[in-house]
Amino acid sequence: MIAPALGVLFDGFAYGMLLFLLSVGLSVTLGMMNFVNLAHGSFAMLGAYVTVTLMERGWPFFATLPCAFLASAIISVALERTLFRRLYRASDLQQVLLTLGVVFVSVAAAAWLYGTMQQPVRLPAYLRSYATVMGVNFSTYRLFLIAVALAITVLLVAALDYTRFGAQVRASVDNQRMALGLGIDVDSVFAVTFALGSGLAGLGGALAIEIVGLDPNFALTYLIYVLIVVAVGGLGSIRGSLLAAIVLGVSDAAGKYYVPTLGAFLIYLVMVSLLLWRPSGLFGRR
Amino acid sequence: MLRVITLCVGLLALLAGPFGVHAQETVKIGVILPFSGQFADTGVQLDNGIKLYMQQHGNTVAGKKIEVIRKDVGGIAPEVAKRLAQELIVRDGADILAGFALTPNALAAAEVSAQAKKFMVVMNAATSSITTKSPYLARTSVTVPQLDETFGSWAAKSGIKTVYTMVSDYGPGLDAETAFQRAFQEGGGKIVGSVRMPVANADFSAFVQRAKDANPEAIFIFVPGGTQPAAIGKALASRGITPQNTKILGGGEITFEDALKSMGDDAIGIITAFHYDYNHASPLNKEFVTAYNKAFGRNPDIYSIGGYDGMHLIYAALQKTGGKADGQDLIDAAKGMMWESPRGPLSVDPETRDIVQTVYIRRVEKVDGRLVNVEFDKVENVKDPLKARMPK
Repeated sequence: MIAPALGVLFDGFAYGMLLFLLSVGLSVTLGMMNFVNLAHGSFAMLGAYVTVTLMERGWPFFATLPCAFLASAIISVALERTLFRRLYRASDLQQVLLTLGVVFVSVAAAAWLYGTMQQPVRLPAYLRSYATVMGVNFSTYRLFLIAVALAITVLLVAALDYTRFGAQVRASVDNQRMALGLGIDVDSVFAVTFALGSGLAGLGGALAIEIVGLDPNFALTYLIYVLIVVAVGGLGSIRGSLLAAIVLGVSDAAGKYYVPTLGAFLIYLVMVSLLLWRPSGLFGRR
Repeated sequence: MLRVITLCVGLLALLAGPFGVHAQETVKIGVILPFSGQFADTGVQLDNGIKLYMQQHGNTVAGKKIEVIRKDVGGIAPEVAKRLAQELIVRDGADILAGFALTPNALAAAEVSAQAKKFMVVMNAATSSITTKSPYLARTSVTVPQLDETFGSWAAKSGIKTVYTMVSDYGPGLDAETAFQRAFQEGGGKIVGSVRMPVANADFSAFVQRAKDANPEAIFIFVPGGTQPAAIGKALASRGITPQNTKILGGGEITFEDALKSMGDDAIGIITAFHYDYNHASPLNKEFVTAYNKAFGRNPDIYSIGGYDGMHLIYAALQKTGGKADGQDLIDAAKGMMWESPRGPLSVDPETRDIVQTVYIRRVEKVDGRLVNVEFDKVENVKDPLKARMPK
């Protein structure tokens, strides 16, 4: 029973890594500016559509990934400067309404520009194969996904802990007033962090197409899972997002394997129990 | 004040006048479809079928002008569908209700059709019981038992002994599970296990692993179109289940054109049972596909043909009644109607008002570098088996 379970757990772990990539940006910006950005899913979708469009023009898959990142980062900053900025002091409800409106507009725009069909992506052959270890199949694409997610985690944690910018980010998340008082330009720190977070979402979206498919409703469907990861992990914490994403991915896979009648319900049970135990998330501060 | 009232009454009288004359010259068809939301692609393809038929056959039948009023139901929303049906009949003066991609919406609108005694044509929703909800309702799409009981019997006859079934946990999925299992067991086969998966499932590997553990000769899969077919196809391949070692039997949704593009060569060998594919080799279908591509830039699918044949039924029924759009007249004209459609020979069963058609068994093969469903067997004149078994 171990070998097949191993394969399933590996897939769940990879799925968790994907959720992490999609959620880490939202966790940090929510923790820092307390701005409820539900349009995060739209940035993920944007990155995915950028990859699809570029691949249709013949670009190799790997070349499209940095473009997905940049496209989402740039568009998110544009939206931030023009729309989101006006609502930093507004109530949570107003922020939700605005960003949800952006989500609906993005869904309709995607449907209008690309049609309502599924968008396929053809990966290079070596990413579509399987490595067999001890009779268990490991998909090379999921291995690649895990590698990318871990590399990004290491980069993010290193940047946060060892660079000056990282120190400014941590200061702004901990105590905005104090950071302002110390002369840190919280506004531009936030703008860069927001761009980074949305860019990562775009990258996550591009990587997700192979695993979960792409259609105009992507922004809404994955918003739910991203919000679960952020809530369970705790706002403003990268480690929290990573742990929450892993726990959710693995428990989802394990639940479906051992107790399929519960199906997708297990992920919500886990979320509720974890939040009951730690209301502000696993590594949350508030 | 009195003058204002007189003026208003006078205006209303004026408006009512031309309206009365207008209503006799036009037959209004109210089309209720999901043009937005998760099922938008279904709605768009079905509507394309309707548009193409009207393009090819004009918008006049038996001296009456055909007017189509489209309403967006947005997804699975039976209360919205009911309200839209009521508004179409009461406010817009619709004589015929049509469209209906989703079962809950069709069931809700059928109530309205029965009450208002209006002809209703269901062009996609596939649950067996829909046609029993209104005596003025006819269906031109397919029913799940029609496809999957036929598939179950075919599978047993073709020598497959053990099957593991995997279906999505919602109406059509459960129907498919019951239909396939029943027919397969009646044919002498053994169901070694089954699992029901969440409808909007993202990751199938756990379920596929369970199927693998049971070591069946074949796996029967039923998932809705959209993201699911490609996802489960990839999950099967990644767990080492290929058509070479385990027969993969599926509802036709899993080998839709876009699913095949996503799955790639992993899909070769998957066997499905369905009522229409754009590669069906008949001259009428070739014409249809060419015209469809010219008008909409993509290939037709089962939703398109449901819409196209639905419009044919409406036009043919109106032709037969000489333009009378009364519910009873139209349904009587529709009963027993037979015609040749791009998908093959069709007829409307006079007893159940449901569609009778050929079910094709297809295998995915690579033809000219493209992955297509190649028909290699068929079962003709399949009636809906559930209603056929119901006591008369």
